[in-house]
Amino acid sequence: MSVAERTASIVNVHGIDIDVEIRGSGSPILLIPSEEGLEAQLPVIDELAKTHKVVIAFPPGFGRSARPDWMTNPDDLAYAMLDLADQLGLESPALVGFSFGGWVAAEMAVKNASSFSKLVLVDAVGVKIGGPFDVDIQDLWVQHPAKVAAFKWADPEKAKRDYSGCTDEELSIVARNVESFARFGWEPYMHNPKLKHRLHRVCIPTHVIWGEKDGVVTHKYGRAYAGLIPGATFEMIANAGHYPQLEQPEAFAKALTTFLG
Amino acid sequence: MQAWHFTEMPYPDLPPLDTLSTMRVSIPSKLYDPKIGAELYNRYLDEHMLADELGLNMLLNEHHQTATCINTCAPLSAAILARQTSKGRICILGNPVANRADPIRIAEEMAMIDCISRGRLDVGFVRGVPYEIFAANTNPTQTVERLWEGIDLVSKAWTTTDGPFNFEGKFTHKRAINLWPRPYQTPHPAIWITGSSDLENIKRAASRGFVFATFLQPHEKVKWMFDGYRSAYRDTGLPGGGGTAYMPLVYTADSDEEAEKGARALTWYLDAKSEPQYRNPPGYVPVEYNVQALKGTFTGRTDAMRKQSIEYLRDQGVIIYGKPDDVAKQIKRLYDLVGGFDHLLMMGQAGHLNHEMTKRSMTLFAKEVYPQVKDLARTRPLQAQAAE
Repeated sequence: MSVAERTASIVNVHGIDIDVEIRGSGSPILLIPSEEGLEAQLPVIDELAKTHKVVIAFPPGFGRSARPDWMTNPDDLAYAMLDLADQLGLESPALVGFSFGGWVAAEMAVKNASSFSKLVLVDAVGVKIGGPFDVDIQDLWVQHPAKVAAFKWADPEKAKRDYSGCTDEELSIVARNVESFARFGWEPYMHNPKLKHRLHRVCIPTHVIWGEKDGVVTHKYGRAYAGLIPGATFEMIANAGHYPQLEQPEAFAKALTTFLG
Repeated sequence: MQAWHFTEMPYPDLPPLDTLSTMRVSIPSKLYDPKIGAELYNRYLDEHMLADELGLNMLLNEHHQTATCINTCAPLSAAILARQTSKGRICILGNPVANRADPIRIAEEMAMIDCISRGRLDVGFVRGVPYEIFAANTNPTQTVERLWEGIDLVSKAWTTTDGPFNFEGKFTHKRAINLWPRPYQTPHPAIWITGSSDLENIKRAASRGFVFATFLQPHEKVKWMFDGYRSAYRDTGLPGGGGTAYMPLVYTADSDEEAEKGARALTWYLDAKSEPQYRNPPGYVPVEYNVQALKGTFTGRTDAMRKQSIEYLRDQGVIIYGKPDDVAKQIKRLYDLVGGFDHLLMMGQAGHLNHEMTKRSMTLFAKEVYPQVKDLARTRPLQAQAAE
């Protein structure tokens, strides 16, 4: 397995238990997984861990992180994750967020960009680009699961999961991720109306990576998102949907490592 | 035992069901003919007026964006019946307080209907079934909390008679709450609540003197819930004083053949289709249930019922049908199996069951069955002394 040192633990941050995995050493990277929560398994993490301290942190409600009852939107999650970065003493980490985790990362960056060195958003949600009748973000809850799979994946077969070998604890994490995704993204649907008016505050090098065939938030949305962040660059991954890191891990790894160095 | 007439006010004139992917949430409204709808509304209200004449009570509910129920605003139907009937009680089961923006508006509507009906209103509150989440756009992970916050606020608004108060809750913020009118009944109408599995919720309802109602469940499950209710029962002295209510499909007829024909027509309700995403929105049920769902062992209550034969459903007390004496026998059997109950909520109309057949069943029930079950003792605490 990995050559890098690997520590998974629960860190108590101002009373909230946060699920954190740390790999490797070097300049830090703080990585916020997607709602699927599968990013820790990516080969690129171990590659990065050869020269970086990679901190994979699950926001409240995801992974094994607690979800205090008062938390209702990604704004709350962003503050908890900023507290975590402070508590771990991470010095100017690069911040990487995927999908819903990308929204949390964007909320963190607008609050305190100066504490990060770089920002990477991967098929992130969180902003509303068009008007009230425009579908900027496909509704993942009101449509048939087969349609949702086609929105999410270039190859909808990738949506299939085999849970037969899973323990109840593992299934509880899967089920609670689904639940928390709804808790924090239900309304306004997958966006904070104020975020787009705050993204100008992100004054660090930012790279936006997008699955070419993302049907949840199209590359057009991705480009508009990037356009709200001063100087942000945009890169597309071919033959990938909403989760390019999972669908095209090699091409994604190249894009990520090139930017992070 | 109190008997109630109920119909969901369905719109059954649909294309063949196997050509539809859903009857709920996303069924296009071009399939609704307003002229047919007008006839149906008036017919269903006529049936409630007949119930009143026959000495039955009237039960109403509401759903949204569905052909299974066009009674989208139960307070409107209740207001009509408050004015057009004179004897029976009227119960809305219930107000979807978790799905409505302003609980105070509900408090006002109920107070007004209670006054117009001169105190014949019972007020139910429901969390709302899973597919209601979509029309209301309520966060599905918070509906239980919203339900109870709403009930607390409505109760406080009804019973605060000496001027305004402010409320700063989790879901509702209001200032200068000062209800005009207040309800006809003092301190307020009886409160009903529904449930199907959450025992804590049931006990909470019991401890507050609310009537607890459950629908279309196998008798063992009903007993489990009613026992839970009785274990926490305290009569708080509210009008109605709490109690238990059960809803089966009920059809009474002059012959066995007619009875079965009517019962089979009622099962239309159990066959209502909806797309899978509407049945279990994220966070509507606890994580433990969704772990079971991931294993493929939890599919929901209605699904479980839909697959069963009419004989099984009759044995379970989910459907009651037959000639009057047979119907009375089945009700008494169910009463004994579940440890007694106070309110028989009869879904006496569903699907294509026509006006004539509905009327005949209601009339036979009222004249020949009701006298046989009316005097069954009301719900008592499991441990009478502990509850005194």
